[in-house]
Order: sequence, then C-alpha cells, then structure tokens
Amino acid sequence: MQSHSLKLVTIITEAVIEKELIQELTGLGVSGYTITDARGKGHRGVRTTGWEHGANIRVEVVCDETLARAIADRLKERYYQNYAMILFVSDVEVLRPEKFKGERGDEG
Amino acid sequence: MTLDPIILFFLLGVAAGLAGSDLRMPSAIYDFLTIYLLLAIGLKGGAELAKYPLLPLLPKVAAVVLLGLVLPAIAYPVLRRAGKLKRADAASIAAHYGSVSMGTYAVALAYLGTQGVEYESYTTLFLALLEMPAIIVGVILARGITAQTHWGRLAREVFTGKAIVCLLGGLFIGWIAGEDSLSSVNGFFVDLFRGMLALFLLEMGLLCAAQMSPLRRYGPFLIAFGILMPLFGAALGTGLGLVLGLSPGGTALLAVLAGSASYIAVPAAMRISVPEANPALSLAASLGVTFPFNVTLGIPLYLQMARWIHGQM
Repeated sequence: MQSHSLKLVTIITEAVIEKELIQELTGLGVSGYTITDARGKGHRGVRTTGWEHGANIRVEVVCDETLARAIADRLKERYYQNYAMILFVSDVEVLRPEKFKGERGDEG
Repeated sequence: MTLDPIILFFLLGVAAGLAGSDLRMPSAIYDFLTIYLLLAIGLKGGAELAKYPLLPLLPKVAAVVLLGLVLPAIAYPVLRRAGKLKRADAASIAAHYGSVSMGTYAVALAYLGTQGVEYESYTTLFLALLEMPAIIVGVILARGITAQTHWGRLAREVFTGKAIVCLLGGLFIGWIAGEDSLSSVNGFFVDLFRGMLALFLLEMGLLCAAQMSPLRRYGPFLIAFGILMPLFGAALGTGLGLVLGLSPGGTALLAVLAGSASYIAVPAAMRISVPEANPALSLAASLGVTFPFNVTLGIPLYLQMARWIHGQM
C-alpha cells in the first residue's frame, strides 16, 4: 500500500456562516469538503446543535500544505475577530492523492 | 382571567429551562413546527387575501413598510444614549425590534380566536413584509451606506430564508387555491394549529430560559428596553391600524407586529452583515425579555389598546 501525506484542515465555527465560509473556501481553490453538526464548549460558552443561532459546524478539508496555509491565513484574517471559530491542521495519509487536488492545480 | 393552555406550555418550557431540565425538542421537530406554523398562517392569510382586490391594499402595505423603517430608527438613538451601547450592538438590537416575530403573531392569532375577535387575516402579508426593512436600516446604522455590505447576498439570505419562503409560499397557495378548496387541508393546518403551537411554545420557553441568564450580566437597561420598546411599538402600530381603517382585531395584530422582536431572520442576517455586534445582547433582549412579555401580558394588553382606540370601551 502506497500512501501520500497531505494536510487535514478542521474548522469548527458558527453554523450561521456556513454558506459564506464555503464560498470563501471554494474561492481559495478547495475542491471538496465535509460538514458535520458539532457541539461543544469554548470560551464563547456552551454551543449546541439544534437551534440554528447557537449551533456549530465542523468543516473538514484535505489538501496540500500550501492550500492549508492559505486557508488558515484567510480565515484568521476575516473571521477570527468576530466569530466563534477554531481551526487546526493535522497530518493525514491518503491513498489517492489525485482526489484531493485543489481546483487551481499546481499553483494552489 | 384564565390562562390559555398554550401559554401554560410556554411557562412549562421556561420553568424546565430555568430548572436545568434535560428536556429538549429535537432540532428537526423544532424546524418542522416553525415551517408548519409559517405555512398555516400563510394559507389562512392567502385565502383571505383572495377576497380583496389587491390594489387598494397597496397604500396600507406602503404604510406598514414605512413603520418597519421608522421603528429601528427610533430605537437606535435610545440604545446608543440611554443604553450606552456600542454602535454595532445598538444597530443590531434596533433591527431586531423593527422586525417581527412569527411566534408572537401566531400566539396573537390564537388569542384573538379564543376571545372571539374578528380580524383581517391579510395582516399576515404585513408579517412577511416587515421582516426586511428593519434589517436594511440596522445594517445602514451600523455601517453607513458602503460598498462593503453585500446587499445582494443579504437580500438573497433573507428572501430565500425559510421564514419568507414559507410565509409568502403559504400566502400564495392560499390565494390561488381559495377558501373552499383549502378545506381539504384544513384538518391539518387549521384543526391542529393550537396543538402544534403549544409544542412550539414549549420549545420557545426553553430557548427563552436559556437567554435569561445572560440578562444578569447586561443589567436592567436591556430588561427595561425589552418591555418599553414593544409597548411603544405597539402604541405606534395601534395608531397606524386606526388610520388604515383596520378592525379592532386587525389593529391589535398590527400592534403585535410592531411590538414584537425578531429571533429568526434578523439574528442570522446581523451575524453575517454586522459580525462585530454581540449576538448575545440582542437575543437576551428579544428572547429573554420581549417574547415572554408579549405572549403573556403584551398581547392581551394590545387588544385592550385596540378596543379602546376604536371606542369599544
């Protein structure tokens, strides 16, 4: 089995900005993502799913390191100040790297 | 005065929430109840609308939209000066209070029904129309008129939101179908209305209770504002209802619309367009104070006001 190293970007944030966030990610060249409802507690208090204004989502993107950095920089600049948002990047191994190519190809 | 059972459901929700009960409505059910109520209200209003020629309604519609623009413009300076709130927070709260609450309106419909008061169901059209103007005023108050605001996206967000789609959709279906053919779905949308509303209010009670604890932090101003602003708005709505020639019931409904504060469309729109505003403040006022006040004391009071101004007492 040959595997390839890529980055997994995990974003946990307010459900209310989902549409906008996805637009942002797509604009950066992200070609695929997974969204799940999330619950938890952070410095903005307990956040639950259910009622939409308190709800959180978790967005996951697998991509190369350059794109991961671009995502982190952009979201930090645009969203960190005003929205409940955390973002972390981890190493992952995938079997089919071509599935995770950004839409801008090599430049991304 | 006997309490309507649906209000008791609301109080049960508040009590359970304050007591820290694990009672929770699954979110899919809450969504379903919201959609059901919006459609049920829309259908009834639409069937009524079909009985009137639309053209003479236009001046009334314009006057009501104007009300939606004026209310937040009045609330804003009060929030800034008396409340000493930051610009974004004051603008966001003003937008909440200029806009409307479907839940409050639904309770008002049920209350008028119990009291046997006649009303013009086309006030539902006002409910749909009053959502947007206050949002526009709120964003302008927070931002000024700048190119930074994505008005197109904001409008799309509001107009494609479930509140507007279900309300206008229901109005349209009711209008096209007419009262007679609606009888085929009345068993669901009319007969079950109060039961569904009771369940909805149970969950609203839980939501309101969750917003009450932040109130302690924000102090007495928000509580006072959350009660006085609806009273002021309702007085304005009552006056406008009289001028527009609505019946006492219709006047009371317009007062309810003017006196209620949004908790669905506006919070989402403000979060996106004015993100620096603290959503906890506006929700604490709108859900922690105003919604409970309106459904328990406000609505009966607004009906009294409407009767009084029409010289019925």
